[in-house]
Amino acid sequence: MMNTLEKQDRWLLFGFALVVLAGPLLLKPFGAGYPDLLQKFCIFGIFAIGYNILFGLTGYLSFGHAAFLGIGSYTAVWSFKLLTMNVLPAIVLSVILTAVFALLIGYICLRRSGIYFSILTLAFAQMAYNLAYSVLTPITNGETGLQLARDDLRSVDRLFGVAIQDGIPSTNFFGLSMVGYSGFYFCAVLLILSFYISMRITRSPFGLMLKAVKSNQNRLKYTGINTRSYALTAFVISGCFAGLAGAMLAVTDPLAGADRMHWSASGEVVLMTILGGVGTLLGPVIGAGVIKYLENIFSSFNEQILNSVFDFLPDAIQHPVVTFVGLFVGEGWELTLGVLFLVLIIFVPGGLMQGLQSLQRRIFPARPTPAADAARGAH
Amino acid sequence: MDAIFLQLLNGLDKGSAYALIALGLTLIFGTLGVVNFAHGALFMLGGFCAVSVQKLLNLSTQVKDESIPGLEMMVDLPYLQVWLGETGAQIISFAVPISVIVTIPLMLLVGVVMERGLIRHFYHRTHADQILVTFGLAIVLQELIKSFFGATPIPVPAPQMFSGSANIGEWLGMGGGVSYPWWRLVYFCFSTAVIAMVFAFLQFTTFGMVVRAGMRDRETVGLLGIHIERRFTIVFGIAVVVAGVAGAMYTPIVSPNYRIGMDFLVLSFVVVVVGGMGSLPGAVASGFLLGILQSFASMNEVKQLIPGIDQVIVYLVAVVILLTRPRGLLGRKGVMED
Repeated sequence: MMNTLEKQDRWLLFGFALVVLAGPLLLKPFGAGYPDLLQKFCIFGIFAIGYNILFGLTGYLSFGHAAFLGIGSYTAVWSFKLLTMNVLPAIVLSVILTAVFALLIGYICLRRSGIYFSILTLAFAQMAYNLAYSVLTPITNGETGLQLARDDLRSVDRLFGVAIQDGIPSTNFFGLSMVGYSGFYFCAVLLILSFYISMRITRSPFGLMLKAVKSNQNRLKYTGINTRSYALTAFVISGCFAGLAGAMLAVTDPLAGADRMHWSASGEVVLMTILGGVGTLLGPVIGAGVIKYLENIFSSFNEQILNSVFDFLPDAIQHPVVTFVGLFVGEGWELTLGVLFLVLIIFVPGGLMQGLQSLQRRIFPARPTPAADAARGAH
Repeated sequence: MDAIFLQLLNGLDKGSAYALIALGLTLIFGTLGVVNFAHGALFMLGGFCAVSVQKLLNLSTQVKDESIPGLEMMVDLPYLQVWLGETGAQIISFAVPISVIVTIPLMLLVGVVMERGLIRHFYHRTHADQILVTFGLAIVLQELIKSFFGATPIPVPAPQMFSGSANIGEWLGMGGGVSYPWWRLVYFCFSTAVIAMVFAFLQFTTFGMVVRAGMRDRETVGLLGIHIERRFTIVFGIAVVVAGVAGAMYTPIVSPNYRIGMDFLVLSFVVVVVGGMGSLPGAVASGFLLGILQSFASMNEVKQLIPGIDQVIVYLVAVVILLTRPRGLLGRKGVMED
């Protein structure tokens, strides 16, 4: 199965898997080595990888992907309520249902491109969000959010006579608990799988077609190719990833709220993808990690911690420094995100991946390869 | 009948805000070709100009309370009231209209700095990059405001003169059933005036003529020896001012918090698209149209007929328009039509 990947890609996949699985150890020094946050890294990594298949490859900027995240979450929670606490049916059903919705929405939205496509996706996501808050309350439980209850149906569990403990049962994968490190490794395996799928798609002829859609759609049409079906397939695939991520959010914390579908959540995944590097394989995962890290770690810094960090400074300087830095941490973590994002867009439009590459090139100047020599000789 | 008329009125003030923001968005798009995602943040910035002016006018000092004789009590009294007495109190109550005067030069400055300092470097980049940089700027502006003013909405009262409601029904001989808050009426008149001013400026001045020519064919205008970029910078500034004053005047209707801009922006984009990208009359018309449609859809009778329609009507209209007539209601043929 692996034989279609280039040697370099195999190493990349291997390295990626190694880093993800060793995540708890590697991130411990940064204060992020606990399963809850690691799970979030993985889940939003999946979300961003999926988004990148649409935006990175075809160039269609969707501002409505959060709708699929929300649909995935709601489906998963309903599966927990009605069928079983096992996560497998929840995940499968979520992905299928999001695929159906993505097919419908994508079919309509892809009739337009450019800014119009963005507005159309935004309109659909906002409709989903508004409806979830109002008319669909019987399904979504409105502002409270959909939660598990003790007397849920859980028909499959009952059929197999799974003992119902006191309190609300927790999610499991054939007995494997979905909280703590076992939950993290479950997410990690899915993340690696998603990464592998996205790699296969990027390297496949289909992936090349998607890139062709991005670079010149008209020319592709002139050669007699129906570009819309390619774009629609990419849209559905990336919708499925979003559904999977939404289901995973419900798996790790069985609760679904409409705020997951708000347009700012769609904006967040755009930020993740851009921050990491659009169209790169690793970029979106890195972007997701950075944003979730900022959200969880930066936001926990308070004045006390800052004061102890800057204790070495003389008092006269310490106070202004703490006040200034305080703007960027704690409640203001989003300011850091905004500034970081602005700086990246202005100076390194390729995101962190491009930044890393140019840094690498500066430190280790590339040796001229035979191919480059040949190219130079041709001039 | 009364109910329908009332909903029409209710739609007007929201429609006015949409129209003003959409007008600015369209001005920027038509001249510079940039889709400005920071426009909502500028609307919010205007709102917080009003908040700051109101706070500034209300700077207080401690004075002895003389209302209860014989008791040593200190109360807070604004400086203005201490110095000028009743006139001072009047001035304080007019904080919002005063803030508009402050907002205009301030937002002009913000606009020019923003265009020259940031947006200018993005003309040769892709549309996606332009959207993203303005989106990033919006986040930064929003978070700065949050860190200075906090996250809770700050109420800003309308001038005393305009508190309460106007009995419009009686004026029109429809019985006393229809009353409408004064300030909303003021807001509607104000926005109509601003829109008229912008159109007059573009239509009747030489500057406006050059700008319109530049919107049609930038290169030719440049070849005629006109520094079109400088004019466009000023147009950008004007668009920012329009958003700013729209935000400042809106504060008594909805207390501003740092997110108000984004909520308006999403709808304003829909407005612009429905009206037709690059068409100024289209933006204004569809702003009012969608505002009124939204308020009609929230009538109980309509809601009973189609549940949830009030939540989605605007987006639904946008979807239908985009699919059937992508250039929008009043869009010119061939502008952003693919």
